Amino acid sequence: MEKVIDVQSLRKDFKSHSSRSGLKGAFRDLFTRNYKVISAVKDISFTVNEGEMVGYIGENGAGKSTSIKMLTGILTPTSGTVRVNGMDPHKEREKFVRSIGVVFGQRSQLWWDIAVQESFRLLKKVYNVPDDVYNEHMNHVIESLDIGPLLDKPVRKLSLGQRMRCELAAALLHNPKLLFLDEPTIGLDVLVKLKIRNFLKEINEKYKTTILLTTHDLTDIEALCDRVVMLDEGQIIYDGKLAKLRSNWGEGKQIEFQFGEQVSGEQLQPLLKELEAEWTKGDRDNVWIANVINEEHVISEVIGRVVAANRITDIKIHEISTEEIIRNIYEEGMLNG
Amino acid sequence: MGKYLEMIRVRFLMMLAYRTNYYSGILIYSINIGAYYFLWNAIYGGKGEIEGLSVIQMTTYVAVAWMARAFYFNNIDREIAQEIKEGKVAVEFIRPYHYLLMKTMQGLGEGIFRLSFFSIPGMIIVSLIFPIEFSAAFSTWMFFVVAIILSFIVNTQINLLTGVMTFFFFNNDGLIRAKRVVIDLFSGLLLPISFYPGWAQNVMDFLPFQAISYIPSMIFTEGFTGSAVWEAILFQLVWAVILILPIQALWVIAKKRLIVQGG
Repeated sequence: MEKVIDVQSLRKDFKSHSSRSGLKGAFRDLFTRNYKVISAVKDISFTVNEGEMVGYIGENGAGKSTSIKMLTGILTPTSGTVRVNGMDPHKEREKFVRSIGVVFGQRSQLWWDIAVQESFRLLKKVYNVPDDVYNEHMNHVIESLDIGPLLDKPVRKLSLGQRMRCELAAALLHNPKLLFLDEPTIGLDVLVKLKIRNFLKEINEKYKTTILLTTHDLTDIEALCDRVVMLDEGQIIYDGKLAKLRSNWGEGKQIEFQFGEQVSGEQLQPLLKELEAEWTKGDRDNVWIANVINEEHVISEVIGRVVAANRITDIKIHEISTEEIIRNIYEEGMLNG
Repeated sequence: MGKYLEMIRVRFLMMLAYRTNYYSGILIYSINIGAYYFLWNAIYGGKGEIEGLSVIQMTTYVAVAWMARAFYFNNIDREIAQEIKEGKVAVEFIRPYHYLLMKTMQGLGEGIFRLSFFSIPGMIIVSLIFPIEFSAAFSTWMFFVVAIILSFIVNTQINLLTGVMTFFFFNNDGLIRAKRVVIDLFSGLLLPISFYPGWAQNVMDFLPFQAISYIPSMIFTEGFTGSAVWEAILFQLVWAVILILPIQALWVIAKKRLIVQGG
């Protein structure tokens, strides 16, 4: 398959000055400055094939935005190579940006004071989209995102959800092969999120659009992406299937017991003897959670023993959520394998 | 080219959205012109002419200088600085156009808007109140049109230069303010260049500022005649070309060292 993104040992260093403390330090800063070199992205390599939807995740400051900015040609890499759509994003900027679409959730790329359709009209001119192509493609986009009634309103009068749908339509106006979405669902309600997700899936199927998505909302990733690339401190710590991540890390289950009477840790501890399981206290009174491995006989054994020994008012069995898996990975650091 | 023309149109629409601001602007400019009219009348006293300009020419000079200012003046330096500070310039870099050229077009859209909704009605109002002399010669008007287009270009180039400096200083409000004062003073808006002492005139011959206000106003009032007009327009043209160099150089360096602020 064709490689849409090909990144080899990409690195970005920022030079930042650190201020000395106190008044004396401030005067010294006027003449000489202390510089510190900070590496935001440390020699990462990965490739993305045509038609893939990749979740690009990491904590704040992990280097996500910096690497996206290098992929879109906004920043120049300190070292390493980037090929996107077969081009060098920085060197062939004008030609390159015609082949990508970008949505930055935190900043608008529509013109604030004019109606949405005027922005679209301007973008249509900017990207040289012929009328017939524009009409066919955009009518469909406008319909799927349900933004028809918003077109004659100025952007400043739209709600966040309405604006974001328009932003997405604007980014897709020239039907790019590759779409970068930087936190597209930040601050949106569930319905709008669903609408956006369905739409993204649809265009991915219809046009084989490759999508690189960064978000802090893991439900977006779960709904859309098969593959995740996880960054921590500027390095890739996981690159692979989301399902594999779950099976490696989320193999356990949690059984939540609501006891009918006061129980203590010492009382419960013997019940899990010789089983691969342990107790943690729940967040309400008389609630304890048994973390067990995902095997039939362990789960039934734990439930059997607890139920036999205590009075129970409620039992719930949870799968460990992706969010927890990711939290665990960050807490434990580098992933092995 | 279509996209740049479209940008002029969009900017025009944006200005139209806030058009009521301009009615108060006409009043403020009229007061300014009025104040200078009385000031110059007092300075002239009984004298027929100073430095080759009669009282009527002087009044016309002041009125035309202010009205032309509405056309060439724009805040794109401030806009560029703000877009850099807020990190919005990132969005501009993912568009297939030349950012600075697009900014120039926005300035032009603004200029055309001001010219049609501000300068022309303003000039009519001012000419009813103060004695102003309009030239009857067609050639004067043609030269004037060329001169204000060039004055727009030179002024915009200086604005671009100041704006792009934000890439290097991150906060250059001081520079922008200083530039504004320098332009008002050295462009001949407040005082015609011919009124400056000889040495200052010599210095200003080597600076681009008089291309902005002095030259178009002198052409309009027929303070320049004959070959002086051609020389003046050549002066503007030369500066318009020269200024491309530092802008392009700074822009290339700026792109290399671009750090998008704020995420």
